[in-house]
Amino acid sequence: MDGFSSDFSPSGPSNSGSGKVDTGAIMEQVKVQIAVANAQELLQRMTDKCYRKCIGKPGTSLDNSEQKCIAMCMDRYMDAWNIVSKAYNSRLQRERAKM
Amino acid sequence: MADFDSEVDLSGLSASASDKAELQRMLAVEQQKAQFTAQVHNFMDVCWDKCMDRPGNKLDSRTESCLVNCVDRFIDTTLTITNRFTQIVQKGTH
Repeated sequence: MDGFSSDFSPSGPSNSGSGKVDTGAIMEQVKVQIAVANAQELLQRMTDKCYRKCIGKPGTSLDNSEQKCIAMCMDRYMDAWNIVSKAYNSRLQRERAKM
Repeated sequence: MADFDSEVDLSGLSASASDKAELQRMLAVEQQKAQFTAQVHNFMDVCWDKCMDRPGNKLDSRTESCLVNCVDRFIDTTLTITNRFTQIVQKGTH
């Protein structure tokens, strides 16, 4: 993502004439931008990993088994993501409890 | 890891101090979430390669526990290296 600055400029959606800043609208926009960035990051990394797993020798087209492998790989990548995310989260909680 | 306390520059925004403080607080929350997500991506980079064979119809339990162990041991490694590095720097022997 590039800088936040353009979205916080006075001409942005933050204050539409009234001078009152709609913090909710700004945060909404921030959240949308973060969601888009997250999706892009996930896609890019998933493509990288699944290409490595599924395409041994690039042929003239993606053959059937490669396409199946890619579909499975995507599903497993997202499963693994959720497991890793949970494991990290519970570790953070355990570390916090120690303090 | 980047620090959690970095504030976003809101000087270009014409808003009351309380609105800015409120925004700053909400942005900090989002920043922490983003940092968590970035860290999960990092773990995935390491642990996917370590734990995944050919992707099958579902994650088997062996792969699952490999992933969980991978995360915990990576964090242990980080802590161990950080502690030892700190000791080395404090002793100033290297």
